[in-house]
Amino acid sequence: MLRDAWLMARKDLRIELASKVTIGQILPFGALVLILFGLAVSPDLTVLGTDRRSVLAQASPGLFWMAVLFAALLTLGRSFAIESADGKLDALRMAGLDPAGIFLGKMLAVTAQLAALEIVLGFGAFVLYNAPLARPLQLIVVVIAATTAITSAGTLYAALGSGLRVRDTLVPLLVLPVLAPVLLAAALSTEAAVFGESSGGWPWTLLLGVFALLYVGVGMLAFGPIMEES
Amino acid sequence: MNRTTGSRLTRRLGALAVVTMAIALAFGLVFSPPEVAQRDAVRLMYLHLPTIAVAYLGFFITMVGSIVYLRNGSVFWDLVAGAAAEIGVVFSVFLIVSGALWGKPTWGVYWQWDPRLTSTTVMFLMYLGYLALRRLDLPPDVRSRRAAILGIVSFGNVIIVRYSVQWWRGLHQGQTLGVDTQLDGLMLFSLFLSLVAFLLVAAWLLIHRFRVAWLEHQLTRIGFERALAERRGDLGGGRVGEEAR
Repeated sequence: MLRDAWLMARKDLRIELASKVTIGQILPFGALVLILFGLAVSPDLTVLGTDRRSVLAQASPGLFWMAVLFAALLTLGRSFAIESADGKLDALRMAGLDPAGIFLGKMLAVTAQLAALEIVLGFGAFVLYNAPLARPLQLIVVVIAATTAITSAGTLYAALGSGLRVRDTLVPLLVLPVLAPVLLAAALSTEAAVFGESSGGWPWTLLLGVFALLYVGVGMLAFGPIMEES
Repeated sequence: MNRTTGSRLTRRLGALAVVTMAIALAFGLVFSPPEVAQRDAVRLMYLHLPTIAVAYLGFFITMVGSIVYLRNGSVFWDLVAGAAAEIGVVFSVFLIVSGALWGKPTWGVYWQWDPRLTSTTVMFLMYLGYLALRRLDLPPDVRSRRAAILGIVSFGNVIIVRYSVQWWRGLHQGQTLGVDTQLDGLMLFSLFLSLVAFLLVAAWLLIHRFRVAWLEHQLTRIGFERALAERRGDLGGGRVGEEAR
């Protein structure tokens, strides 16, 4: 199973290296979203009682994760778009690959791409929103937990929409309500990490981890039935 | 030929639901007393709480039906799951609207980021996605299988969303709605009556919705068989599915 996962992930990443859709289209899109947030929330507004911190900086953790979610939707869509032509998922299944392995591999590849996007978008949010960074190590843990949470649930739901003509409109509707708690937990624990708030945010990070584990398990179980004759 | 999805059972059930609802209305609006703090606004409770029960029950039935479908491929349970989700979604709308209307006199605003209101709205949107998936023009078994997985996972998600939002509000501020409402005997009775009335209505709706879905399913099957017969007829150069008409 793990070998199959590794094969899938390598295949997907190789396709990305050749096509450069994530780097060339989704990344600029994410950056654009960050800039548009800046225009939507006036950078001159400040929050009372926070040493003249701007509203934008205060909201930066949430805005960053919103940009990541949008980018994740596109990355997930892309991940299954490359399989939809000519019944490639069936072919993978016929080739004897373990469905759980296919799920893990897809998830791994999306996670790697999303992580690359997050590094750039995070740097962008840091610069554009003038956000502080009090505890970088904590932030790294938070980002890892949140990213796996997004991609585990995301891969499962993207698979539910795979091969459908309405995939692009259906998958966001399916996946965003599910990721609502992830957005909440990611924003709050990121807030704790960047502002160095004493309240911690670790319980939220734990929630992200549990969510990710749960969805990796569900995804591995559910992928078999999803791929069967679909 | 029976032109309705009604039967003796559903007609009796429907009549019972109408009568119970009328009595529940009388108790909710007239006989039960206003509450000390909320005055007459408390009467929204008789509408609001039963819709919660029906909505969650509907999604619970969807989950059960989905599990049974995945285990044995029963079309019956697949259709029950779909029908129950539709009822859950309809009652979620009542739930959210009545919650917001109740919020106006109690909180002073229609929308408060109250854990219940927020999580219910997310749940509602989640099941709209489920219904959207069910409406797609797909091979029936593919659609049913994907819907079943979604129906199971969504219910687990309702719980996660519910608790995370509650936790979030718990951290930032205290409970938004101080429900220290003192319910006297008559109020409890009115609430119970109204719950029974709503459950009867929901059962009536569920049976009818299921029957419509079942007829649709039969129609698709017959249509498929007819098309198959016609194709066979074409190939054989013989009869062209005349008897099917």
